[in-house]
Order: sequence, then structure tokens, then C-alpha cells
Amino acid sequence: MNIHEYQAKAILRKFGVPVPDGHVCYNGASAREWAKRLGEGPWVVKAQIHAGGRGKGGGVKLARTSEEVRLIARDMLGMTLRTHQTGPEGKVVTRVLVENGCNIDRELYVSLLVDRGTSRVTVMASTEGGMDIEEVAATTPEKIFREAVDPLVGLTPFQSRNLAFCLGLTGKLTGKAVKLLQGLYDTFLACDCSLLEINPLVVTKEGDLLALDAKFGFDDNAMFRHLQIGDMRDFDEEDPNEIEASQHDLSYVSLNGNIGCLVNGAGLAMATMDIIKFSGGEPANFLDVGGGATIERVTEAFKIILSDRNVKGIFVNIFGGIMKCDVIATGVIEAARQVSLNVPLVVRLEGTNVEIGKKMLAESGLNIVAADGMADGAQKIVQAVAA
Amino acid sequence: MSILIDKNTKVITQGLGATGLFHAQGAREYGTQMVGGVTPGKGGTVIDGFPVYDTVREAVAKIGATASVIYVPPPFAADSIMEAVDAGLDLVICITEGIPVLDMVKVKQYMQGKKTRLVGPNCPGVITPGQCKIGIMPGYIHKPGKVGVVSRSGTLTYEAVWQLTNVGLGQSTCVGIGGDPVNGTNHVDVLRMFEEDPDTEAVIMIGEIGGNSEEEGARFVKEQMTKPVAAYIAGVTAPPGKRMGHAGAIISGGKGTATEKVAVLEECGISVAASPADMAKALLKIYTPRN
Repeated sequence: MNIHEYQAKAILRKFGVPVPDGHVCYNGASAREWAKRLGEGPWVVKAQIHAGGRGKGGGVKLARTSEEVRLIARDMLGMTLRTHQTGPEGKVVTRVLVENGCNIDRELYVSLLVDRGTSRVTVMASTEGGMDIEEVAATTPEKIFREAVDPLVGLTPFQSRNLAFCLGLTGKLTGKAVKLLQGLYDTFLACDCSLLEINPLVVTKEGDLLALDAKFGFDDNAMFRHLQIGDMRDFDEEDPNEIEASQHDLSYVSLNGNIGCLVNGAGLAMATMDIIKFSGGEPANFLDVGGGATIERVTEAFKIILSDRNVKGIFVNIFGGIMKCDVIATGVIEAARQVSLNVPLVVRLEGTNVEIGKKMLAESGLNIVAADGMADGAQKIVQAVAA
Repeated sequence: MSILIDKNTKVITQGLGATGLFHAQGAREYGTQMVGGVTPGKGGTVIDGFPVYDTVREAVAKIGATASVIYVPPPFAADSIMEAVDAGLDLVICITEGIPVLDMVKVKQYMQGKKTRLVGPNCPGVITPGQCKIGIMPGYIHKPGKVGVVSRSGTLTYEAVWQLTNVGLGQSTCVGIGGDPVNGTNHVDVLRMFEEDPDTEAVIMIGEIGGNSEEEGARFVKEQMTKPVAAYIAGVTAPPGKRMGHAGAIISGGKGTATEKVAVLEECGISVAASPADMAKALLKIYTPRN
């Protein structure tokens, strides 16, 4: 799950991480009024969408007067912003963040994440703020500094000082950095983050540290204990099919191809996408119906797959382990009837009671092509869609 | 021989609810020594022939359990793992899917210096065909033999096992290490055990996008393994930044792509199947069974 920048900054403020004063606005007039309350100017107006690269797309603008804030906000609201992360269709801006500008002296980078290698939360810092950090890691890895945190002790002041000195934060800035990093670590733990990225973290000409932008990733598995964070979810920023799927406990990711996939198990679901590609087709989605695929869930899965208008055929690939194939077959037949299926359907069943399952599909009167193995199934659906 | 579990393994089930009970019954039918269960508050009762205890310590003291399998719901599962570790079990297999990552970070730290091995969480379990099955995999697709299987994915493991069984290759032990970013056992741990196991002749390693457990496994194969290894990596078509079901299956920051992994594996002399339908074939390219 992702949240907007203004929400991220509200959370950081709560944990004592310094961020610019600002307010979210939904129209030009309120943007002007909030600007006056925030300070003397200049201000920055920032489009709130869940994608990076907003500045280049015209989603971040500087205003010298409060009237200018109003005009910029007015134009930005409702515009379709296209960045390298939104795709060509872009995203419509429905809210903007108005905040006080600052005098930037230097731009730095800080992030926290769970490192798989050490199984610990790791703080990463770099002098190359405002840059694409992946590029920094690839070209100048020596400019990235790391501290792994012992979960029993927490982030220690000496670790934060180590990072501060690596970033060239000396004098009074060292203490400010220690406090800021502690705030970030506290935030990370308290919110069950999977990623917390401050890019850029700026040193102002007045000698302060400010988190100028913030990106949160949350651990979906931990959201049961963070209802307030769940409330920040903006459904407008997500794929409607993915939302629908998540409400039925289906794991679904939409892709650009035309062959819908319905599979049990995440690994097998990925492998099914791969074998479709390997056979010359393009998968339309990742969909894991899970181990307990009931008739209802299979039906919902079919509906979601078919609501993608690019889908020209469906490949069902089930390795029934505990789940019996005759139960799956019943689900497939029932679902196909309910959604009045009108695209080719190839079904590969394997596992317990596979013969009964295949017989049921064959006798259902539905236009279902049976497959022997996943390679055969993939070839058959690719041919059916190409025909 | 085999790795991790055999006919002498005595298993308790933590979380003997509907799911736990169902799989405990399945394991018992397969021939596993399922000696009891732990459900706090239900100690002293017997559920379908399984004596139930309040604590893992009690189960160890009274019935000599050596391993546990966990089906406890995600909010409480990390605590259950630590309880099993504290009781001194040799092996803990956590099936539970959806444990918060930061809970697992604490568990990993807690386990430092203790003798227990954790497999999982979010895994199908471990099976030594013909001897002992702990977990949710269907027993009948397996066949006793000499090929070890290690995988991050459940149903994809069944796929590999099924291919092996169909070409007449049995399995020594199949280990599902699970799809979470922080887990108890990684590819290298299992590969090392297979290398040391006299009854394993060859290995199939199954991986997926995200992290670098497969790359580390590959380097271990190159530097320290004498046995032939074949592999498959799922997710060539997975888009970056999207979680593909498993919490750990995500390409982040352009890292952990299937293509990168396949390249490293091949460099290390592993026979990589381009298609998931060819995992057994990929192994037979480099492995001739002794008998």
C-alpha cells in the first residue's frame, strides 16, 4: 500500500522528523488562503499522486505570491500528470500540497528498509540527494553508506553519527541528524514500513535539516494492526480490478497481454505467465486463487479477468494438492456458466481426482479445451487466441 | 538417509484448529509420527487421537517431540515460533502465511545462538517421501529416491516433484523454504545439507523474483558442491515494483529480476530450465541416475 506525500509528512511530523509546514488543498481559493496562513512565501505547490518524477511532468511549481499559489493550484487540479512512473495514460491530480519553500544548501538521501541478507532494518544514506538512488548504487556505490540495526537495541546514536559524518553533517548538524534518523527509525517500526525513503533530505542555508519529500511503503501483512494507516489508502490511485480482487482475497496484478490466467499458488501463477510468454503469447494478468479455491472465489476470479477488455482467452492452471480436481472442475463449470463465457478457455488440471475432474469438464457441454500439462495448455491457449 | 526429517521425527502441531487438524491428519495417514498438538487453554484434551498441551515445553517433556509445525494465525505466529525455539526443538516448520516482516526480524534475532532450525514461514513444509511428511503438500505425488528439491514456492514445487516422479526419479527430501523476505532457512542452507547427504545425488532448486537467495545458492553450487544442480526461476514476465503474491516476490529498485538470476545461475554451472514444464528435463541433461 502507498500513501500520498502530505499524509507521509503528517506521520513524520508526529514522530518528530522535521518537514516543511504545509497543507493539502482541493481548490485554488483554499490553496491561496492556506498559503497566507503558512507564511510569507515563496511557496511550493505539489501535485499529490502516487508516482515519482512529478517535477519533470509539471507537478511541482514554485509560487512567489499567494495569488500565484491560487493560479498554479487551479491549473494543476484536474490536470493529467504524466511521469515515467504513471505510464502514458498518466494520473489525474485531485489534490495539491501547498507548503513553505526553503533555501536549499545541499540535498541528501536517506532510506530505511528491511534487508533480506542480514534480516535487519537497514538505514541507507547518500550524499547524492535528489538523484535516482538506483543509478547512484549502480555507478557510484561508494557514495552510499549503510548501518544495519540490531532489533533488540534499536538504532544507536553512534550509528546515526557514523552516517551523519559520512554525509558531511558536522557541528550542530550532527545532533540534528541523530534526532532525525531516530525519528525515522521510530516511524519505520511504529508503522510497520517496508520502505521509508526521504529524497531529498535537505540542509537549508539556515542550517536546518528538512525532509522535503517522503515515500512510504507498508508491509501489507501488518496492516491488520494499523487501521489508521489503512484509512489513508486512496482507491483512485489503484487499478480497480486489483481493488476488487483484494476484496475477495485473490492476489491479482494486471498486465498488458491478452491471455487471462487463473492459477493456484503464487509461484505457479508466475510460472504460468512465463510459459505463456515462452509459447509466444502475452499474459494479461497474475492471479493466484489460493489454496482454498471455492466456487465463489473461482467465479469472482473469472469476473475480474473478463472485466479486462484486452482478454481474448483464459488459461486455468491448477495443481490440486489438498484441493481435489473435481471440486475445481465444479467451480470452473459453475463460473463459466455464471459469467456467460465467450472467449476460449483452456483448463489444465493435475492432482487428486484428476480423471473425474477432466470427465466433468468434458461432459459439461461448455467449450472447454482440456490440456495435458502446463506446456500443452500454454500452447493451446496461445493458438486459440491467435486464431 | 535424507535431510531435516525422517521416520524417527516426532512432530507436534502448534495451532490445532481446523486447518492444523486437517493437515495433521493427512500427515498421520502418510505415516508421520504426529504425536500431539499445542493449543493454549486446551491442554489435557484429546482431539481426534492427538493429545493436546498448553505449552510446547510440556509437549516436549511429556511426549519427546523433536519438531513442530505451525498453523497459528499470522498475528500470533511469531510468538509461537519463539516458544518452539525456547523449548529446544530441533526443527520448526512454519506454514503460516502473512506474518509481519518486522515480527520475523525479531524472531531471527531471538534465534541467534540457539540450536533450532526454522523452515518458513509461508511455506508448504518438508517431506522425505515414504518416511515423513510435515506440511500441506499432497503426499501421493512424491516417490522415494535420490533427488533433493528446494523451493520458495508451494505449487511450483509440486509441479517439479510431479515431473520428477513421472520420469521415474524419486526424491530424497523436498524443502519449501517459503516466499517471505525474512525466513529461517535459505537456498544455501538447504543446498549444503543436500551436498552432505549421502543419499542425495542431484538437486532441483526453484526460485523466483526478489532478493538474492538464488544467486547466493548458485555461488555455493559453484564453489562447494559436487552434485549436479538444475533450476528454474519464476517471474521472467513479472513487472517491477509489483508484489507477485508472495511478500518476497517483488522486483525492487530494478534488482532481483528473473533474467539477472538466470544469468548468475548459468554462470555457476547450473542447468536452468527456460520453461517451468522442463524442470525434470533440465536435470536429466546433467544427471544420470546411478541405477
